[in-house]
Amino acid sequence: MKLLVAVKRVIDYNVQIRVKSDQTGVDMDNVKMSMNPPDENAVEEAIKLKDSGVATEVVVVSIGHEKCQDTIRSAMAMGADRGILIKTEDLIEPLAVAKILKAIVEKEQPDMVLLGKQAIDDDSNQTGQMLSALLNWPQGCFISKLGVNDKTITITREIDEGLEHLEIQLPAVVTCDLRLNEPRFASLPNIMKAKKKPLDVIAIENLEIDISPRVKFLKVEEAPVRKGGTMVADVKELIQKLKYEAKVI
Amino acid sequence: MSVLVIAEHNNKSLKSSTLNTVRAALEIDTEVHILVCGFNNDEVVKQTSVIEGIIKVIQINDHSIEHQLAEHLSQVLVQISKNYTHILAPSTTFGKNFMPRAAAILDVSQISDISAVVSADTFVRPIYAGNAIATVQSSDLIKFITVRPTSFEAVESSGGNAMIEKITFNLEEIKTKFVNREEAQSERPELGNARIVISGGRGLESADNFKLLNEIADKLNAAVGASRAAVDAGYIGNECQVGQTGKMVAPELYIAVGISGAIQHLAGMKESKIIVAINKDEDAPIFAIADYGLKADLFVALPEFSKELDLLNNIAK
Repeated sequence: MKLLVAVKRVIDYNVQIRVKSDQTGVDMDNVKMSMNPPDENAVEEAIKLKDSGVATEVVVVSIGHEKCQDTIRSAMAMGADRGILIKTEDLIEPLAVAKILKAIVEKEQPDMVLLGKQAIDDDSNQTGQMLSALLNWPQGCFISKLGVNDKTITITREIDEGLEHLEIQLPAVVTCDLRLNEPRFASLPNIMKAKKKPLDVIAIENLEIDISPRVKFLKVEEAPVRKGGTMVADVKELIQKLKYEAKVI
Repeated sequence: MSVLVIAEHNNKSLKSSTLNTVRAALEIDTEVHILVCGFNNDEVVKQTSVIEGIIKVIQINDHSIEHQLAEHLSQVLVQISKNYTHILAPSTTFGKNFMPRAAAILDVSQISDISAVVSADTFVRPIYAGNAIATVQSSDLIKFITVRPTSFEAVESSGGNAMIEKITFNLEEIKTKFVNREEAQSERPELGNARIVISGGRGLESADNFKLLNEIADKLNAAVGASRAAVDAGYIGNECQVGQTGKMVAPELYIAVGISGAIQHLAGMKESKIIVAINKDEDAPIFAIADYGLKADLFVALPEFSKELDLLNNIAK
């Protein structure tokens, strides 16, 4: 079984972002970048399937700046076999990302595509669903458990009410929740080995896909900052404040 | 121009997120219809038809779509959406699942999780865990939008008198089979729209210790929430997680207990009216946004809080 994993390079989840003063976006200069956290879970799950002999090859794809090679290399250091970078300087919307990934799927013919359930930068939560729609494949979104059988997968989805269990025919697209697994740390020898693994760089123009944006960012503003209030001395004071000052209990 | 809202329900009752989504729809246009897909859903259709401001309810009552799987709902939406300029669903795990699928089939970009309507084509949405606010304009002919329920006040659930239209569809077979659902049962208010939420974090140290929170929740008629750390540790179910990748809440009172306040948690609760933080670490980031902070050992503070509530209630009586 062949697996394709899509990963995105984003501002590290620990960084407090800053909005540019001209309101055109978020400042990315000299900011620590990392793999989007749920994408790491997607990589980990694919590698686990390879470790257990279910998968034969794990291919990692990313779309973006030259620097996304770092993100692909870190997936290869975790254990992925091969990388593909679709190179572009433009901001690509989820719909266009899905179209690009569809082209890669048609070329690579994987049995399953794994993605993170949402990117922590634009918080869209769309790409996996859109990709499975364009491929006319079934989808398993927000999964926290994955079982692979011969021609089907069984998944557990995290939903607002609890958990949902589905059985899905392959080929399929799944999007991963942070609770799916615990991504491994790459060892130094594996980081060195990853540098020698094959990584194809393809210019986005060569794919001849319409990536023109449909949604224009008019402005990006700093979120209003909530100010902390008072510290109370004890529980008694807290109750008094809630009852007579805030009047919420 | 008319707007279609996709109702969130479980074939028995309508979820309150639908009422918030209707408010957003009414801010776009006055002609709002609601689609109720499911099976044996007459009761939901009845509830939907009396929602304030709705012109028409469209009912699809079909055994094959009982579980409202994304592959089915997207087929329905693709056929029905040509009659509308805007398709809206709540930005819950329900709406997030099928809306992008339908949008992609129609070659439309989705606008996720809007927090305000500026005009018929321009919307406001939080990005970067709510640390930045983007104003975006869509050029698509049909606009697929998911709505952040806590950003829009619910419309009245009664007083309306919509017409009901029943339609049928020939749905293609799908490759996904529903197995079952494990739904957490709780007598407490729904986390997403409770007036008071009390949440626990890693500081609770065990699943058993959540009973300290439950006791207070019962006295305040509050919902119980949790940080991702507490859910990951297995103290409580995933349906209770508040944060960037969990639920968004904006109650009148949010009490964070043993929660340090990572950016990702704050994303899910910082719109609350009053925030209380109880934490033994005075440097915990949660204190920076709390209206009332109490530096204390939660294992001492919670039983005392519970006792003080009793005293308060006795005085009230």
